Amino acid sequence: MDTLAPPSLPPQIEDWFTARGWSIHPHQRDMLALSDQPCQLLIAPTGGGKTMAGFLPTLAELADGTHKGLHTLYISPLKALAADIKRNLIGPVEEMGLDIRVEDRTGDTPSSRKKRQRADPPHILLTTPESLALLTSYEDADRTFAGLQRVIVDEIHALAESKRGDQLMLALSRLSALRPTLRRVGLSATVEDPQAVARILAKNPDPCAILQADPGPDPDIQMLRVDAPPPWSGGGGRYAMRAVLEQVKAHKTTLIFHNTRAQAEIFFHHLWLANEDQIPIGIHHGALAREQRERVEQAMVNGDLKAIVCTGSLDLGIDWGDVDLVIQVGAPKNVKRLVQRIGRANHRYNAPSKALIVPANRFEVIECIAALQAVRDHTLDGDTDHTGPLDVLCQHILIRACAGPFTADELYAEVRTTGAYAELPRATFERCLDFAATGGYALRAYDQWQRLIEYDGTYRLRDPRATQRIRMNIGTIVDAEKMAVRLQKTRGGRPLGEVEEYFASTLRKGDTFLIGGEIVRYEGMREMTVEVTRTPYQKPKIATFMGTKFATSTQLSDRILAMFRQDDWPELPPHTRDWLRLQRDVSGLPERDRLLVETFPHDGREHLAAYGFAGRNAQQTLGLLLTQRMEEQGLNPMGFVSTDYATLIWGLDTVADVAPLFSRENLMATMESWLADNAVMKRTFKGSAIIAGLVDRSMPGGKRKTGRQATFSTDILYDTLRKYDPDHVMLEITRNEAMRGLVDFGRIEEMLDRIDDRIDHKQLTRVTPLAAPLFLEPGRVPIQGLANERLLEDEASRLMQTAGLSLD
Amino acid sequence: MNALDFTFCGQTLSALPSGALWWQGEQVLVVSDLHFGKAERMARRGGPILPPYEIQETLDRLLTDCETTRAASVICLGDSFDDLTAARATANMVAERLAPAMAGRSWVWIEGNHDPGPVDIGGDHRNEVTIGPLTFRHIAEEPGTAGEVSGHYHPKARIRTRGRTLTRPCFLLDELRLILPAYGTYTGGLHSHHPDLSKLMDQDARAILLAHPPVCIPMPRHAESG
Repeated sequence: MDTLAPPSLPPQIEDWFTARGWSIHPHQRDMLALSDQPCQLLIAPTGGGKTMAGFLPTLAELADGTHKGLHTLYISPLKALAADIKRNLIGPVEEMGLDIRVEDRTGDTPSSRKKRQRADPPHILLTTPESLALLTSYEDADRTFAGLQRVIVDEIHALAESKRGDQLMLALSRLSALRPTLRRVGLSATVEDPQAVARILAKNPDPCAILQADPGPDPDIQMLRVDAPPPWSGGGGRYAMRAVLEQVKAHKTTLIFHNTRAQAEIFFHHLWLANEDQIPIGIHHGALAREQRERVEQAMVNGDLKAIVCTGSLDLGIDWGDVDLVIQVGAPKNVKRLVQRIGRANHRYNAPSKALIVPANRFEVIECIAALQAVRDHTLDGDTDHTGPLDVLCQHILIRACAGPFTADELYAEVRTTGAYAELPRATFERCLDFAATGGYALRAYDQWQRLIEYDGTYRLRDPRATQRIRMNIGTIVDAEKMAVRLQKTRGGRPLGEVEEYFASTLRKGDTFLIGGEIVRYEGMREMTVEVTRTPYQKPKIATFMGTKFATSTQLSDRILAMFRQDDWPELPPHTRDWLRLQRDVSGLPERDRLLVETFPHDGREHLAAYGFAGRNAQQTLGLLLTQRMEEQGLNPMGFVSTDYATLIWGLDTVADVAPLFSRENLMATMESWLADNAVMKRTFKGSAIIAGLVDRSMPGGKRKTGRQATFSTDILYDTLRKYDPDHVMLEITRNEAMRGLVDFGRIEEMLDRIDDRIDHKQLTRVTPLAAPLFLEPGRVPIQGLANERLLEDEASRLMQTAGLSLD
Repeated sequence: MNALDFTFCGQTLSALPSGALWWQGEQVLVVSDLHFGKAERMARRGGPILPPYEIQETLDRLLTDCETTRAASVICLGDSFDDLTAARATANMVAERLAPAMAGRSWVWIEGNHDPGPVDIGGDHRNEVTIGPLTFRHIAEEPGTAGEVSGHYHPKARIRTRGRTLTRPCFLLDELRLILPAYGTYTGGLHSHHPDLSKLMDQDARAILLAHPPVCIPMPRHAESG
């Protein structure tokens, strides 16, 4: 970056820096120098004074005390972060002696203050995407944002590819319409493709200036050396417990990250059992009760804890003080996430952060080594092209309607200033508008979806009272329904956390499960609360919290496949190295531009293993498609299981010719017939239906505040639309979501592209080394098809013969 | 037709994969425990709400069986309606759908414990009916009489094979008796090893499990066996 002319700072601010003997970082100066640009994106590592860089221009502009009303809006993905920034900002502002009002506004802000903030906003308002969306929905939004000059989006890398980010950017398009001179600032951690983030941030077609701060030294990441070899499958990392404890002892504060909540729970439990020295260790994840999370956070800030076992809920930029080691248990499914997690560890600028990876099983050893190479080579996972999802747009249209009448032309132009919606066709916009107005063709008859009326090109709410309901449904995070877990006591026991309603429904009295690191016994259900008692000495029935299962990224898969092409693997531990050698000898190793398919008999059944390396979701879909095809061909499949890299199918007959199974034509045809009637689609539909405003969000505690209208089941709606209005915009949304989400057909197509019909079919006599761990994978999907009929027939004639019976 | 033929009291009978019994010699089709209106009754009693397509589904199968067998007579072995309220609520719809099939056929409704009264739907309403050596009634009588064909129990049986356990509705059959599986869609079942059924059927009893085609096994008598 060229050095720009040093801008002059107001004396109060200049003096403040001088008094502390601090100098302004180069990137902070650059931000000041370019502060008149319509859009700036700062990319800086954690601890690089990123937040100050974002706020300095605001402080400079407000220093003379003449600005009236709101000047700068700061948006962060987390409430906690907004509160954190408020503390860190008010200090310097007071020390500089500036007359600047700083306030936050989140879901936790009392309603009286929220009301006051609308009429008399502070100079700097710190808020979240949802709270901002809500603010723009008021009729007096124009007045609230009257003086607005700058908007700062923090941690934009975390928002950029999510629906929360899309909603935020749509809200900004509204603000830019209200205040055409509004300047946008994005603050981001290191990303692979800053241009992609800039496109999302900037008002289309405004340019965006990208500033890169010195990224600091490379992180020091290694694989944790453990004497015992990791198990063949599973994700717990228990074999490394002792080594992890040793590391915790050797460091000041350690964060131990897990990929899922269930794994964090199990690991924490066993860590405690092995913790003979009573080292203070806590657990933190999103399913724990707020009180419990806050206690852990406070203990952490006080420096009372040596280690915290956690999940992604600790991922975003909260200052955790003196963390000097990050341990990642289980392979990082994408490299970017790994680097950002490690960034949390060390907040001292210009000192390398230290991290250790603990592969949970043999295959993850390979994944870990590949990920470490990616970090060393600075090749983070690239961003995929992001087009704005339509369910978020539907919600935005309703929010816009709450604020007052609008014309379709005006709103369409506004929406297209948002990077992710820049290419939105007019016809698609019209369909979303029609859906927001009437519910779409099949639902026209229902009063509850008749929300907007159009007169002379102007749309307005049909019933102004609808605003309340629309506002209540604002937001793009759709959680699985949760139930609180409490200790059973006479007067409301201590809350322990939450489990998914589905999990709760599978519990029977006496069942035990892990939550908050404790084993508890299920006693019963009372008013939407799961009541439990403590049972310290039993083996738990494990809680399947359904913590997000991430699929391995394309880049990481490619690296693993590239590694397989080496002649030998000196970088791998001996056990893993021998395993790969053996696989190469008896069968072969998968290659990037070919598909390895193995068939072999085992345990009285025929097996087929396909190493597609397409990620868990796509391999799962592949399993469903292949077995359906095999069923049609009379090959009697009985079930399958999938991992990030392979699908294993078992059945009664061997597949002699595998090529037709993997032809694009066949897979596509099966996909079409399979997709429509699938539970995955219904689940996806439900999420989008809530975001788009077709059904209401259910309220905490299971109470549906909007009365009986809310009882429409999304499953029935889905079936109705499919039957009577197959082109309904909600079905299109669902399909698109499923294709890139749970179904992930995109990655199957990607795989088909790279293998281009080059299939290596190995017909073998027994299980191969690479296939062996697949037999231990959980999540086997049984296929109840014609194989059952044949099993019945065979077994029946055997039984009749044994019994000496006949039919006559 | 994918059926399994067997001999009972000197007659050749066929077990159809749908759960119907076909008596070629007399051109009689027999079905048992249709339980029309079960979804409606469960909802009425505050139970789980099932999609109301079960009547449709059951009727579709019945009409298909009538068509493929070209039966001259149809006997419904009782519990055709889930209860009398359900009968009144659904009779019109059932009658309408069945009318083409009932035309030109003798159609007998045997009364069951769920529908112990006449339903306004056409056909004959009887307690039991005898054709040749066979007597058709809803519940098996004790002690047994030769040639009795009944329903009521919704029998099902289990086979364990190659790591998979398969449970299917089934016919139960011994020297004296034949018990039919439930034909209705949302009908649960009673395992053949349940004491009520073990007691009823003699030692050499067999079970014919619904499959394509149905398969015959020695009747499983113990929960852990078979």
